[in-house]
Amino acid sequence: MRIGVITFPGSLDDVDAARAVRLAGGEPVSLWHASHDLAGVDAVVLPGGFSYGDYLRAGAIAARAPLMRDVVDRARQGMPVLGICNGFQVLCEAGLLPGALTRNSHLHFRNRDQRLRIERADTAWTSAYAEAQEIVVPVKNGEGRYVASPAELERLEGEGRVAVRYVGGNPNGSLGDVAGVTSEDGRVVGLMPHPEHAVEDLTGPSTDGLGFFTSVLKAAVSA
Amino acid sequence: MSQIDTVEVAAKTPDDEQPWAELGLESDEYARIRDILGRRPTTAELAMYSVMWSEHCSYKSSKVHLRQFGDLPRSEALLVGIGENAGVVDVGDGYAVTFKVESHNHPSYVEPYQGAATGVGGIVRDILTMGARPVAVMDSLRFGRADAPDTARVLPGVVAGVGGYGNCLGLPNIGGELLFDECYAGNPLVNALCVGVMRHEDVRLARAEGVGNKVVLFGARTGGDGIGGVSVLASETFDEHGPAKRPSVQVGDPFTEKLLIEACLEIFAADLVTGIQDLGGAGLSCATSELASAGTGGMHVDLDRVPLRDSTLTPAEILMSESQERMCAIVEPAKVADFLAVCEKWDVLATVIGEVTDGDRLTVDWHGQRIVDVPPRTVAHEGPVYERPLRRPADLDDLRADDPAALPRPETPEELTAHWLAVLASPDGADKTWVTEQYDRYVRGNTVLAQPDDAGVVRIDEDTHRGIALALDGNARFARLDPYAGAQLNLAEAYRNVAVSGARPLAVTNCLNFGSPEEPEVMWQFAEAVRGLADACRDLGLPVTGGNVSLYNQTGDVAINPTPVIGVLGVHDDVRTRVPTGWRAEGETVLLLGETRPEFGGSAWASVVHGHLGGRPPAVDLAAERALGELLGALGREGLVGSAHDLADGGLAQALAESALRYGTGATLRVGDDPFTALFSESGARAVVTTTDPEAVRTTAEWAGVAVTELGTTGGDVLAVEGVGELPLDGLRAAWTATLPALFGTPEATVGTVPAGAVPSS
Repeated sequence: MRIGVITFPGSLDDVDAARAVRLAGGEPVSLWHASHDLAGVDAVVLPGGFSYGDYLRAGAIAARAPLMRDVVDRARQGMPVLGICNGFQVLCEAGLLPGALTRNSHLHFRNRDQRLRIERADTAWTSAYAEAQEIVVPVKNGEGRYVASPAELERLEGEGRVAVRYVGGNPNGSLGDVAGVTSEDGRVVGLMPHPEHAVEDLTGPSTDGLGFFTSVLKAAVSA
Repeated sequence: MSQIDTVEVAAKTPDDEQPWAELGLESDEYARIRDILGRRPTTAELAMYSVMWSEHCSYKSSKVHLRQFGDLPRSEALLVGIGENAGVVDVGDGYAVTFKVESHNHPSYVEPYQGAATGVGGIVRDILTMGARPVAVMDSLRFGRADAPDTARVLPGVVAGVGGYGNCLGLPNIGGELLFDECYAGNPLVNALCVGVMRHEDVRLARAEGVGNKVVLFGARTGGDGIGGVSVLASETFDEHGPAKRPSVQVGDPFTEKLLIEACLEIFAADLVTGIQDLGGAGLSCATSELASAGTGGMHVDLDRVPLRDSTLTPAEILMSESQERMCAIVEPAKVADFLAVCEKWDVLATVIGEVTDGDRLTVDWHGQRIVDVPPRTVAHEGPVYERPLRRPADLDDLRADDPAALPRPETPEELTAHWLAVLASPDGADKTWVTEQYDRYVRGNTVLAQPDDAGVVRIDEDTHRGIALALDGNARFARLDPYAGAQLNLAEAYRNVAVSGARPLAVTNCLNFGSPEEPEVMWQFAEAVRGLADACRDLGLPVTGGNVSLYNQTGDVAINPTPVIGVLGVHDDVRTRVPTGWRAEGETVLLLGETRPEFGGSAWASVVHGHLGGRPPAVDLAAERALGELLGALGREGLVGSAHDLADGGLAQALAESALRYGTGATLRVGDDPFTALFSESGARAVVTTTDPEAVRTTAEWAGVAVTELGTTGGDVLAVEGVGELPLDGLRAAWTATLPALFGTPEATVGTVPAGAVPSS
């Protein structure tokens, strides 16, 4: 199973995402933002980092990279796409996911081990979990506060589009404690926390993050 | 444009007045420049000499002392020694590690965010220049009193700057220090460390060789920021009535630096450079003169080709600018196209600005006219050297006579508990989460241990599990009382911190922060600290791989306490055997390793409870440190201990509380008949370990010649100490974690309930 990991200028957690894919049993494939070559991958991860320094709105420039046009086209046909942190911001900017990520309410970058609840265990990236399962993975961001209009937030909640929620404390002031959302078809998921940093006992607070990557191996087979 | 001050013009106008004093030069230094050139320098030449002969770049006051580090016995582990951008150490399996700590003190006071940010940027480029991929950073910070209004201005900016730059570069911050003292009120210290990893064959050096090879400037455009940063800012004391120095501070762009890192590593991998140097302090003046000086000597640069952010800059300003995120490479003509292609891929601007020439002159042209024609060695390596006068501080005898033995001691359990809480909740002893959660410690996925563990541990090979450990320590109270012993105690503490993680200590770096070298008493402190550090390195068998000196940390005639910050690098053959500091399991036996003497001079207890600094620092026993270090390494490798925590500031009291609070596991303990000394003494060569096999630990300790005292057993949610009391962990945690948020602001209700480092239950 080939899982692409896109490197944009300023991507930082691309090596981590590739490692997580490998540890889950997939084959990570490095993809370059400036090409139009998806290299025949079965799914794509947009990793964390500070693409283009986040000097404009986070993710705004990367969302317009050449390869993103191909990602958007394939995602609309059902290819699984996961956006982590900066990758989530890119997916919102690219119009694949609703809402936006803004400056943390306390204005600080914050890195902590965060408890999350899996709200949807039937997406391409969360099927390895049980619904309402709680996991701990790192969160680290300066612009991770999820916002949407009250009407849109209500719609998303009603449609069950909140995939992951902060529990035991909200690290950035996200509305509704939203940590991650999914597309209508459950193939595209974006979240601010970093499951790829929780895949080894040696280096993570847990191995709870591995489930995102084992989920997609199953999902890609069934696609 | 006014007439260009060319070499020709300078030769014809020997009597023109020149602003050498404004540029920070002494009259005899200016005379020497005229001697070397046989004429007055041009404006551009004067600019180059002024920045390169600054204290910051030339080490003119410290050089005669620092030679002692070079005279240490040759270490087999040392691949590249002092003199390059950073030393390189063999860590086994063909891996080499380069690490260095550098100060950015003065800029961080003037403009905290950018000063600290560019401090990180600068040290990362030093590591990159050696051919290594930077893999982690650390920071050692000092501020004035925690409750002083100016600290509330400086600290949040510095922390945000260290985090903002390092996070955006994708480098985990794995540890450091945060300490407060009145003496840093006008002179905060911001010391940043970077460590990088490469294969032995990938080591790069900063020299320009091969006539006809091209000089390529790449990275950011050159602007007007940081002009004279090393001379008028970092090499002078602050003065209440002086002009604003904000224009001398550089502005950082971490995104460009990230691209520069990736471009450089790709350039190295394709073998496209023969020499490389970063542009930091003294900018292009430094890079060109050092590259030429370390190489065959000849180089020509056409300054018009330098891409500018501001077209009105004068040639002298271009040569002095400290705009960040720039590098200079020497490239064979046949490889220039490939070099430029890699830069283009990463959106890095790259320009050929000159070439290596025959002969031994560095020449620079501006609009076709010669404005610099100098022997580069005289700029870069043969600057002035001073044997500054030394004088033992007049107050030292009184200070040492003021023995803390005379201070009132806590006697009742209530007093002991109150003093324990006071030390733990003091700004120095308190939980540092407020700071460290602003730093990314996870990026790259190889961080095995990070703050608040004693050492940062990073995996460098995922297949073999080889890794490295790093610690930074700099107790300035000890150094104030005795700079010779103080430097040794700091080395010993960093050495212990690396050893408790289970690593084998291998090499030393340092950042020596002192007041003005023009004050004989400061210079005496400096000389003593260097001598102490060199002697201790010899005793411990560790090489000094390089370092940094920051002088003029002084406002008016008030100097900071001497602050030698020492970094120790260690090796883990297998990081899976690393030992954490926190207690995780119940029912483990708590053992104290090493001997406790009544030593309170310079202690946290004397400082926090009595506001006292006096007496003698704890005795230095390097043989005991070495024995303890070897024992800790053996215990780690054999898997005999569940945790290990070094004893330092705050003694056993601080260590026990930190170990218990890390994962919320208490203990029931006995500390003997004199709980005050047991808890608050700061005797060296000690650590607390926990184990399920105390007999095996005792046997190994006996072999190593280290005393073992059984303290009790882990478990429960209180720290119960016989004769002292029962301290519920909830209360301890509340006191420990409240201090910094109360001082610097609580990020309101969004603070969650998962305590830092809590073991997740999944």
